[in-house]
Amino acid sequence: MLDRHFHLLDNKAMTDETIRNEMLLGAAARGFVGTIKALKTGVSGSASSDLERQLTEMGFTEGARVEILHEGAIARDPIAVRIDNVTIALRRREAMAVIVQ
Amino acid sequence: MTDFSLAHDGQLRVALVGTPNSGKTSLFNALTGSRQKVANYAGVTVERKTGAFVTPTGRQIALIDLPGTYSLRGRSPDEEITRDVVLGRYRGEIAPDLVLCVADTTNLRLTLRLVLELKRTGRPLVVVLNMFDIAQRRGMRVDLGAMSAALEVPVVTSVAVRKAGLADLLKLTDDFASRLPTLAKTAPSDNWSPWTLSEMKAAQRDADRLIRDTVRMPTKPDTLTTRVDAVLLHPLAGLLILAVILFVIFQAVFSWAQPVMDLLSNTFVVLGQFVHNTLPDELLQNFIQNGIIAGVGSVIVFLPQIMIVFLFILLLEDFGYMARAAFLMDRIMGGAGLHGRAFIPLLSSFACAIPGIMATRVIDNRRDRLTTILIAPLMTCSARIPVYTLIISAFIPAKNIGGWVNLQGLVMFGLYIAGISSALAVSFIVKFFMWRDYQPAPFMLELPDYKLPRIKSVTIGIYTRVKMFLYRAGTTILSMMVLIWFLASFPQPPAGATGPAINYSLAAMIGHALEPLLAPLGFNWQIAVALIPGMAAREVAVGALGTVYAIEGGKEAAVHIGQVLADKWSLATALSLLAWFVFAPQCASTLAVIRRETGSSGWMVATFLYMFALAYIASLLVYNIASVAGLS
Repeated sequence: MLDRHFHLLDNKAMTDETIRNEMLLGAAARGFVGTIKALKTGVSGSASSDLERQLTEMGFTEGARVEILHEGAIARDPIAVRIDNVTIALRRREAMAVIVQ
Repeated sequence: MTDFSLAHDGQLRVALVGTPNSGKTSLFNALTGSRQKVANYAGVTVERKTGAFVTPTGRQIALIDLPGTYSLRGRSPDEEITRDVVLGRYRGEIAPDLVLCVADTTNLRLTLRLVLELKRTGRPLVVVLNMFDIAQRRGMRVDLGAMSAALEVPVVTSVAVRKAGLADLLKLTDDFASRLPTLAKTAPSDNWSPWTLSEMKAAQRDADRLIRDTVRMPTKPDTLTTRVDAVLLHPLAGLLILAVILFVIFQAVFSWAQPVMDLLSNTFVVLGQFVHNTLPDELLQNFIQNGIIAGVGSVIVFLPQIMIVFLFILLLEDFGYMARAAFLMDRIMGGAGLHGRAFIPLLSSFACAIPGIMATRVIDNRRDRLTTILIAPLMTCSARIPVYTLIISAFIPAKNIGGWVNLQGLVMFGLYIAGISSALAVSFIVKFFMWRDYQPAPFMLELPDYKLPRIKSVTIGIYTRVKMFLYRAGTTILSMMVLIWFLASFPQPPAGATGPAINYSLAAMIGHALEPLLAPLGFNWQIAVALIPGMAAREVAVGALGTVYAIEGGKEAAVHIGQVLADKWSLATALSLLAWFVFAPQCASTLAVIRRETGSSGWMVATFLYMFALAYIASLLVYNIASVAGLS
């Protein structure tokens, strides 16, 4: 029940994305500057809800300004993201849970 | 147990809590100086750092440096300790009387949320704005009064790198200590529960609002770090620079350490000779010279290498480069199923697997950490070098291939490559078979601003680790050496016996008993005997072979052993023994460290068995292929 609920939210976020010029941080290129709109929830069970918590702990909260400063050598992964005045390194895979504008 | 400790020893107990990179450890070092102790928490592998200092009015304060954390969620073993000690839930630890939450003033956002979380535990709390000088230089202004009023918690500033920078903090601790007996004792936080996600988000909003209200942000951000990173994190230049740094560390470990190691090793020989000449009783003299001095000495000889490895690790860590190395290597190592943070521990393992395995503490995910611990002993440690050198120089001709590549060097290089590639293969297999159902652990890591390393901090770091190493040499390794000496010396040869004494010992009996098992690998009983003392430390096998073949020790022995081996062994046997040493779990101290670091004998046994199996199979293959090729 709960899972389906999350799924619906997720789908809604996906459609909104295309309408309002939103994108996923994990898909952005180096030099991207934007604002965090939301974190995706419940993509696949409990592991990702912990991912949302961990992202929140590292300062990925709604409204925060983000900038991609650096990229890794292979497949431009991982990325180094500046949030306010902290730099956080993370993989694109995890950055896919961050919706930015 | 959770009561205030004043009744116990009259000392105020203060705990340091903070996010990673908050300068918590340098504050700890500044407060306690060398009056600190590094140990482990009971049953787990997290470093427990405690120390003491005296306030200006002469009060004794006990200080504990808790592992850095972003929240009280308790994700890794380190973070659980911090949470449980603060809550007074940790068995064997008394709850702190006062919690100092240390913040990097230039980076308040995440720490202030942690402060709000800590407030809810009900512990007396003080916020310490550390590195305040850097923040001021960058043009940051903090309204301390307003911040303290809004948080309802005292706020003091500190500059850990200057003695005067601690004055406010010391005074505040003093005041608190003087008021402590009259303070109402807060009940231990039994009804504490972790924050929900929405509570955490709300707290972050509160913290952000607090910063907007009380802090004027710097007009000029730290562009230096960004500019340095443009080079050090450059996809191409960054990797090249990392390779150069690694090369320098290798050079340092192998060449800088050599003179000191020779000096140490000669000192132990002289010391042993002194004992030999001074003590009359032959058995006691033999025990002290060969059992204790030679045995423990053979391990202490590696102290310079371990110090150099830690010097580099501490320097790079303090500089802020370690997180960058993990960033650069994450994707490359990910191919073999390893986490980016495993890079440094594996690097350290080229000197010795023991500091390498200890360094895996930086990996917060348990599965990633276990994989790294499991493969660390496959990295070619420096103790293998004497064995490799002996066999290669005895059996591999020193001829050049293609005019400039030395065959001996090529074989040595090949042995290193064999170690590295088998480590990657094992990691890949472990990930694939044991943990493929789990999602890979997220890689999320703060890249701190660069800072110049402080000599004092680095010195204290090396000093505490040297102390730990020597302590281990004096306990575990010493007892191991006594046992091995006993095995090789008893029972004593009967009167009138010819041949070396070791032939009549328990060690020889074990050697003969093992011979059928090792014969398929081309090992004779003498090799089997040499492998037993080699269990304590690999390089001891070289000396043991000398003893077994009844050659007098001394400088010329190395040459003689080589000749004797070349006469008595086939090339197939020599190659087989090389293959054996690439994989064999031939180091009791490493196994002991694995047990301590994983907190279970199971992982120690697993490491022993898989390495033993690999060694056996590799030697069997090498010996048989070489035999078929007519080399036996």
